[in-house]
Amino acid sequence: MTLKPIRLVSAEEHAEAGASDDPKVVRLPNDADPHTLADRLDAIERIDLDFPQFHDGRAFSQAFLLRRRLGFKGDIRATGDVLIDQLVQMERTGFTSAALKPGVDAADAQRQFERFPAFYQGDAVEVEPLFARTGA
Amino acid sequence: MYQYTDFDRQFVRQRADQFRDQLGRWQTGKLSEEEFRPLRLQNGWYVQRYAPMLRVAVPYGELSSRQIRALALIAREYDEPEAEVYRTALETQGALGTATLPTHYAHFTTRTNVQYNWIPLSKSADVMDLLASVDMHGIQTSGNCIRNITTDERAGIAQDEVADPRPFAEIMRQWSTLHPEFAFLPRKFKIAITGATEDRAATDWHDVGLKLVRNDAGELGFRVAVGGGMGRTPMIGPVVREFLPWNQIMNYLEAVVRVYNRYGRRDNKYKARIKILVKAEGQKYIDDVEQEYREIVEIDGGPHTITQAEFDRVAASFVPPALAGRRDAMPQGERDALLQRQSAASVPFARWLARNVAPHQDPGLRAVTLSFKRRLQAPGDASADQLDVLAGLVDRFSAGEARVTHDQNILLPWVHAEDLFELWQAASDAGLASANVHLLTDMIACPGGDFCALANARSIPIAEAITERYQDLDELDDIGEIDLHISGCINSCGHHHSGHIGILGVDKDGKEWYQVTLGGSDGSALSGRSAAGKVIGPSFSAPEVPDVIEAVLTTYRDTRLAGETFINTVRRVGLDPFKTAANAARFAVAAQESAS
Repeated sequence: MTLKPIRLVSAEEHAEAGASDDPKVVRLPNDADPHTLADRLDAIERIDLDFPQFHDGRAFSQAFLLRRRLGFKGDIRATGDVLIDQLVQMERTGFTSAALKPGVDAADAQRQFERFPAFYQGDAVEVEPLFARTGA
Repeated sequence: MYQYTDFDRQFVRQRADQFRDQLGRWQTGKLSEEEFRPLRLQNGWYVQRYAPMLRVAVPYGELSSRQIRALALIAREYDEPEAEVYRTALETQGALGTATLPTHYAHFTTRTNVQYNWIPLSKSADVMDLLASVDMHGIQTSGNCIRNITTDERAGIAQDEVADPRPFAEIMRQWSTLHPEFAFLPRKFKIAITGATEDRAATDWHDVGLKLVRNDAGELGFRVAVGGGMGRTPMIGPVVREFLPWNQIMNYLEAVVRVYNRYGRRDNKYKARIKILVKAEGQKYIDDVEQEYREIVEIDGGPHTITQAEFDRVAASFVPPALAGRRDAMPQGERDALLQRQSAASVPFARWLARNVAPHQDPGLRAVTLSFKRRLQAPGDASADQLDVLAGLVDRFSAGEARVTHDQNILLPWVHAEDLFELWQAASDAGLASANVHLLTDMIACPGGDFCALANARSIPIAEAITERYQDLDELDDIGEIDLHISGCINSCGHHHSGHIGILGVDKDGKEWYQVTLGGSDGSALSGRSAAGKVIGPSFSAPEVPDVIEAVLTTYRDTRLAGETFINTVRRVGLDPFKTAANAARFAVAAQESAS
């Protein structure tokens, strides 16, 4: 599966898009089981996963399960208390967009993607761990 | 030791750069205090009572002499508080009776890490760069993530070893490092692994405890226990898998941690550890993990199955060093005769040999414990100068490699039997040859209220008072092997639950009090089946504690059968005689105080 880099969405853009009652956009609370969406994933374009507080990491597992286990092809968006230091983690667990909080410096956010060229373990995007990729 | 690849080295440098970036954003107000907190924690930076504390990761306890020298340099150059901070600390702790607060020090912890108590945050990024220059870091030494993995201090050299746990510990270190899904778990997550029949890593007390075992077919695998832990609710982890093939360990751990991340409690930090989930859910938790594991393998394709090639690559780092075959091996008879002559000539050497030196897989080598338990220094403390001396000993006698032990000592894994006398002399000169391994004064203690913001009471003065009282080696030998563990609060960094004697600092009306427990066990052969100690009554004041310990030990010596250890006597006779003796000590001190 090849995914595009995570798209950073401004607070305004997300507020506008989120105002609609589009049935193709689903908000999944972070204590919900992603498997409940399994039967209708084909009809969904975007799933918003919530970070009520940035240190509540349940949505990382939800994203991974949606993307990797259930094969969801649409947009998975991080919403709520999104910390720019978590963007790389979000991208790796299968998020494809993230709604930034107002006032976040986009350059600070961008810099986080340029730091690590690779990681040890596999994830939702780069499925194989480093040792399998490099044939070490 | 594991040899860093270019990738590993670059990774740690990038992590140091990332931390500098985060520190800078916090300093300029772009990151709030609350946002910066978990970021600094996941790099090992706490903010303590008076100053920050840095916890440096020492994966499965292994250190090279080069790394020890860098740790010494950090102690010497950076472990120094700002004058105002230090003045406040001395005044405040001085009012409680603490006479000294050492600076330019490092401290070995029960998770085999190294801590510093005084480095200002403004210098933190420089220290991380320095650590990275010797392949070290503070990654995931704190925060609600998978912490440093600990193992047997005698890994790869123990005579009772089924398999060397270090290659697995290293493979798991890499897997857990900056894992994208598991960096914000409900609470911290600790893994211990042993490959020997004797458990020297207290694996039962961990969130995940792993034991390398062989099945009936002779295949290697893991016995997996999940849900052990200390703290407010001490629990021994139940075994969830009797045998898991070795190459499946990361797939299985992924299932264990994912189920925890999804369902572990987040509403109350005292109920957020995995042990609470495992206890509450029972078999359902195990069923959920097994289901998740099946799906990881069958649907995801088990991407983290360890290949033989990867195992071999990592395992190649853990071959015995060349030094082991450096000289012409002395015939065993000659070696034994030499050690006998040396022992006969020096009683202190004979004692040290019997107490601090352990056998080795290689009959020509020994595992030597350098004791960091001695008068005038806190358990596990090392000054900058002592670290430099240690590095020299490690180079001279142990192929450049040392191990931090979970008992807060240093073990030299590669010492030639014929060098023992020379090593003992050098260690004695450095004050690192107390012949007290596993004896009363080889106690575990956390830094306690002198440094830690969480502590309810000080640990170090209690450790000091007991150490002062028990300096007679004959008496210590007579008391025999015993685990005394001291924690300054219920977070249990000093492992009081697993001590044969446990001392726990509690706060009553703003004063320091100490609860004493008896009968705890870390699961070693000496201690028996893992269990939390039982409280012997209302807590004691600080001045009473040494008398209480003495009363308990006197009761043991009066009650024991021939050759019976302290823990076995406690089990045989129960707590009552000890309670009575301890209570008598309580009244004695109270009466003296009221009379004066």
